Amino acid sequence: MISRRDFLQVSMAASAIVGASGFGRWSQLAAQQALTQDQLLEFETFGNISLIHVTDIHGQLKPIYFREPSVNIGVGNNSGAVPHITGADFRRAYGIADGSASAYALTYNDFSALAQTYGRVGGMDRVATVVNAIRADRPDALLLDGGDTWHGSYTCHHTQGQDMVNVMNALKPDAMTFHWEFTLGSDRVNEIVEGLPFAALGQNIFDAEWDEPAELFKPYKFFDRGGAKVAVIGQAFPYMPIANPGWMFPEYSFGIRDEHMQEMVDEVRDAGADVVVVLSHNGFDVDKKMAGVVSGIDVILSGHTHDALPEPVLVGQTHIIASGSNGKFVSRVDLDVRDGQLMGLRHKLIPILSDVIAPDPMMRALIDNERAPHEAALREVLGQTDGTLYRRGNFNGTWDDLICDALLSERDAEIAMSPGVRWGPSLIPGDDITREDVWNVTSMSYGAAYRTEMTGEFIKVILEDVADNIFNPDPYYQQGGDMVRIGGMGYRIDVNQPQGSRISDMTLLSSGEAIDPAKSYVVAGWASVNEGTEGPQIWDVVESHIKKLGTVSATPRDTVTVVGA
Amino acid sequence: MEFSRRDFLAIGAGSAVALALPLPAMASLSDDAIAAFTGGAEIGEGGLELIAPEIAENGNTVPIEVNAPGAVSILVLATGNPTPGVATFNFGALAANQAASTRIRLAGTQDVVAVAKMADGSFVKASATVKVTIGGCGG
Repeated sequence: MISRRDFLQVSMAASAIVGASGFGRWSQLAAQQALTQDQLLEFETFGNISLIHVTDIHGQLKPIYFREPSVNIGVGNNSGAVPHITGADFRRAYGIADGSASAYALTYNDFSALAQTYGRVGGMDRVATVVNAIRADRPDALLLDGGDTWHGSYTCHHTQGQDMVNVMNALKPDAMTFHWEFTLGSDRVNEIVEGLPFAALGQNIFDAEWDEPAELFKPYKFFDRGGAKVAVIGQAFPYMPIANPGWMFPEYSFGIRDEHMQEMVDEVRDAGADVVVVLSHNGFDVDKKMAGVVSGIDVILSGHTHDALPEPVLVGQTHIIASGSNGKFVSRVDLDVRDGQLMGLRHKLIPILSDVIAPDPMMRALIDNERAPHEAALREVLGQTDGTLYRRGNFNGTWDDLICDALLSERDAEIAMSPGVRWGPSLIPGDDITREDVWNVTSMSYGAAYRTEMTGEFIKVILEDVADNIFNPDPYYQQGGDMVRIGGMGYRIDVNQPQGSRISDMTLLSSGEAIDPAKSYVVAGWASVNEGTEGPQIWDVVESHIKKLGTVSATPRDTVTVVGA
Repeated sequence: MEFSRRDFLAIGAGSAVALALPLPAMASLSDDAIAAFTGGAEIGEGGLELIAPEIAENGNTVPIEVNAPGAVSILVLATGNPTPGVATFNFGALAANQAASTRIRLAGTQDVVAVAKMADGSFVKASATVKVTIGGCGG
């Protein structure tokens, strides 16, 4: 029952508009009139249980633009496999028409033109409308939040996650798992989790001192739905203390712990679970591998790597659902569970087109209330952009080019480094760049922009190390981010080589000279995981740079040569 | 990611040690230890579980666990350490189970190897690659 049809309904509807008006010529109004909320939500209720999956919202309360990546390379067994296909290949794989709403939502091509047609995506008031509509069909639908929720915006940072906690509490999830939440620091995380009116799950959240399951986070929770017993097992991001500053949450240890996952699956099965759902922040390739290692999981709701897939991926008997990021999608998964077995599944990835889906008035009021004290600061215009500012892509994006330029200029450095995170909305040509926009791509609890000296040899060690966290052929050794973004230096990467042999041809762009392993270079960067990192906050550095530029020229760069993709 | 020169130097030192010793010499240290444990007997697979993190959160204290029902003894080696020997766990006839856990220090990315001697005198081996990394950037 994995139905391609459900999603195609959306793309078919949009194709009809294309047929009537020609590519990119129809107005936003026409798009809104032709594509209705009912069409986006259309779903023939199935079976006896509904799951609603949201994940990786990253603090985005309001509608935004979000450009999907053009480069998303898979290695080893995942070479060329979803989600590692992009653009036309992606559209072909799922039968999506060029220029359609689905093409806009799921692929990068013609992004700025389609953005003008279809408008912004996401917004938690729209998400609330979708959640409420599903609950109208199925009042006891389970709402599951895959984490990376209490992070990623100006208001989230200034309220230490409280704005997101308030909004999500109003949406009434049934369970949640975690990643960036821990960068609020363990005191704050503990404080929020102790007061959460829903389950905080993570079978792999352990007490670091005793290497035993942490008390505050339960491994799983049972829900009685549709006459069946549903077990939801949480899986937090496995590499938190490595990819993020471990000193902020020293009491906790993570890891994939798939042997413990198997124990938990066996435990819930023994306790009478009819269906086993894993709410995961592993990242897609890790989930795929885990589904092959751990037996007895029916559904994995996958987060972390921000992939949005219009169909489940089946590994053995396990259905893996990927629901995108930044509030851009909501997944509905209906299950037919009888006699202690999953008999069938129907799925739809619902794109939250903010001009088509009406905002929920109560949620809108709550969001506006959260933002009100910060509204003036949020709206301040710092400059304009003449191109699309976006982040996603394995090696670079125009937002990080701009951030690296800011570091080179404001911190007087030869080389800049910006972390390969996957969160952060996009802007389209002609947009104002507001303070809110800058915070959307930079805000974090360890944003100090350091300035230091590194030898050429050390810079290569960093690039090799980070590259292996992305391109190690074994997904269990991947951390789920992208390559560290480099300003002021070009390089060549062969993704299929082992660690130590991927990076070559490192060149200082200002002089055109090869990087000398023995020479020291002035390097500026941000988001160091080291305690005590000093420097101005990155958002202040970027703000100052944009104000000096006035208009930002956002042209994609080709300073990284990729081989073996 | 992590840019600490100090941490890099710690890792670099490990690598330097690994590089300073020719790889065959390194491998032979572990091979010698295994040969001494088995007396040169054939080594099979299965029946021995070695649980270790894929990526160490802290290379200075990496939790590992071995479990081999019916074993009389389990040898644990960190093959990439200057001194690979970690521990040999011996289980008496009255031991309720043949499992042990401990924490080990790893000089860098390497294979951790366990060899169990079973009650019938046969040997089995398991290994796990543990990566010691300077970190990446999460999604």
